[in-house]
Amino acid sequence: MAMTWVWSGMVVSSLVFGLLTGRLDAVAAAALDGAGSAVQLGLAMAGVLCLWSGVMEVMNACGLSSELARVFRPLLRRLLPRASRDRETLAAVSANVSANLLGLGNAATPLGIQAARRMAQGCGGIASDELCILVVLNTASIQLLPTTIASVRSAMGSTAPFDILPAIWFSSLLSLIAGLSAAKLLSLRKRARP
Amino acid sequence: MTLSALILPLLLALAAICGLGRRVDVYAALTRGAEEGLTVLLRIIPALVGLLTAVSMFRASGAMEWLAALCAPLLNRLGIPPETVPLMLVRPVSGSGALAVGSELMSTYGPDSYIGRVAAVMLGSTETTFYTVAVYFGAAGIHKSRHTIPAALTADLTGFIASALAVRLFFGT
Repeated sequence: MAMTWVWSGMVVSSLVFGLLTGRLDAVAAAALDGAGSAVQLGLAMAGVLCLWSGVMEVMNACGLSSELARVFRPLLRRLLPRASRDRETLAAVSANVSANLLGLGNAATPLGIQAARRMAQGCGGIASDELCILVVLNTASIQLLPTTIASVRSAMGSTAPFDILPAIWFSSLLSLIAGLSAAKLLSLRKRARP
Repeated sequence: MTLSALILPLLLALAAICGLGRRVDVYAALTRGAEEGLTVLLRIIPALVGLLTAVSMFRASGAMEWLAALCAPLLNRLGIPPETVPLMLVRPVSGSGALAVGSELMSTYGPDSYIGRVAAVMLGSTETTFYTVAVYFGAAGIHKSRHTIPAALTADLTGFIASALAVRLFFGT
């Protein structure tokens, strides 16, 4: 529903601004252009996107994600001590985190939901501190190979579509740290005031 | 020889060797993954048609410049280029929407420009917060999210500031 407002807002304000600035011709031309360029972009990025999805699938089949999950388990035990007592929850969370890291969104979501369901048992519909952390882990997740963005960049004619990787890792890591610290601080504040 | 010229063939070869070592049917996995790439694309293109149309109109009408100028004083202080305002507004709400806005920025300013790179890094380092919260808490039957949204939005905001910072650090402006 939110996107309905975003889209309608943009279209209506384009009409209003176009009338005010007298650029309605340009607005009309841009509408047709935009629709065409969407399909062009889709086609231009298709090859690279499919190739990298394929490569990630090969790595996944090699057991890369289960190995990553093993690496993360000790870290997650620290982060989610209560949920980690249940072995199946811990397995689901670590698989969820490693799927996110590999950019396997389709695999990550069901795993995360499975973990969230188990952690929500006995919460009475109110998010526990650890559930908040689980969601922050997913909204601020780090992706090792952001294939979609690289394919858009290569479709746009970038000379080195993957040269932004270090920048992406750097800023995702900062974002994750900020999100987790915020979750921790906010939970302390809420607890201090019963 | 650039670094990415080495990395890409190396990754492909590594995936193949690792697959062979573990007796994985590498080729079948590759095509299966590529097929998944196509389904992703199929889901993205209709959203791109709607959103690139709206974003192009928004820019042509002059509303984009106005919005950027409006937010410029605050964003300049945070070190974020004001041109990326629409991207930051759409990012927490819709993944394909953010992709449309981001790719429009990349095509307007060039994928290797400062703004183009910042847009790409922002896309890569943040997530569709509201969508994710809705999916997870919806499935788990949680109706009071408490401090989840503020914490997740803190992560997004930090990601935006860090994206601009990272591009300046690694590439200059």
